[in-house]
Amino acid sequence: MEITEKHVEALKELLYSMADDLLILGHRNSEWTGLGPLLEEDIAFSSMAQDKIGQSYALFQLLNELGEQEPDTVAFTRNANQFHCSKLVEFPIGGYDYSLVRHFLYDSADTIRFDMLRNSVFEPLAMVCKKFTGELKYHTMHAEIWMKNLANGNEESKLKIQNSLNVAFEQALSLFEPLAGEGLLLESGIFEGTTVWKDRWLDSIKPMIQNWGLVLPTENAPNSYYGGRNGQHTPHLQPLLDEMCEVFAIDPSAEW
Amino acid sequence: MEFESLDPRINRSNINQVDENLTVEQNSMFQTYEVFAQSKHGLQHQHVGSVHASSIDLALLFAKEQFARRGECVNLWIAKTTDILTTSYTDSDIFETTDTKLYRNPESYKVVDRIKAFKERQGA
Repeated sequence: MEITEKHVEALKELLYSMADDLLILGHRNSEWTGLGPLLEEDIAFSSMAQDKIGQSYALFQLLNELGEQEPDTVAFTRNANQFHCSKLVEFPIGGYDYSLVRHFLYDSADTIRFDMLRNSVFEPLAMVCKKFTGELKYHTMHAEIWMKNLANGNEESKLKIQNSLNVAFEQALSLFEPLAGEGLLLESGIFEGTTVWKDRWLDSIKPMIQNWGLVLPTENAPNSYYGGRNGQHTPHLQPLLDEMCEVFAIDPSAEW
Repeated sequence: MEFESLDPRINRSNINQVDENLTVEQNSMFQTYEVFAQSKHGLQHQHVGSVHASSIDLALLFAKEQFARRGECVNLWIAKTTDILTTSYTDSDIFETTDTKLYRNPESYKVVDRIKAFKERQGA
């Protein structure tokens, strides 16, 4: 099926949602640089945060090719209400337990999103998703090994992971907020949609969580954190943007 | 002991409250793991260094970042340092070869003339 102009608008929504998730979580996770619990872990977590910024850059480049502004302009000059990220990625880093659980929930979901889009009829996106397969594989390996180790560590580590899971799971459901024009993405074969994505994600994480002896919280209000895809965000996003864009804002026309 | 550090990790660990008589057994928490990396499928793995971790799978995660991030790598092996049997430096004399055992080295065999003659016979 041909991608027409109305499909392009829906496609942009999809690309912004992905790129903004990656940019904001990449920035959030980089806040651990220099503060990680172990030197080697600090390096690994920082490296993955950098990967996420790089992945967002590739998606902003696709948006640029579709007529949006330059990646730097898009990343550093928008206000919170112009961002399409999910609320999950905005919350402060909390303790390392929370950051690890969010990393597990996000990266397990992102792996499936990228996996689905490797078959997208929009080939440039399929190519980008193929390109980052290896990075994502390490990210989920990292998250799963930590989850397993801490869930089977001692009482304290298990309790901390379970408590963070109780908080972060409902936040993670914000990833699956339906996108504007999602029907167009489905009919054109660009993306199979957020419902399929969410079902596949739950199927993949449930057995792992059970194996680790953790309890998956019930989905009390699956949409209580919705809004991010439409520019409605938590109060945590704007201060993050103020910090992230501080240097850029000194001279937006500077050559880097 | 009063201690104020610029590193928040140090301050967060409440080092001031540490019992000065506390003894920590070597390797009671973390262990070292040796890392072997292979640069190309089929080549031998080379020892590239060691990492400090609380379990072998975490050691693998760290090794990937420490030793396989920039250089070429297709495969990693991780082994607990204590699982590696080593010789002692005081026994390094076992590796000495004496001048009287030169006949064991292939260069002791004078075969070049015979190989040359064989090749000539074959018309090479």
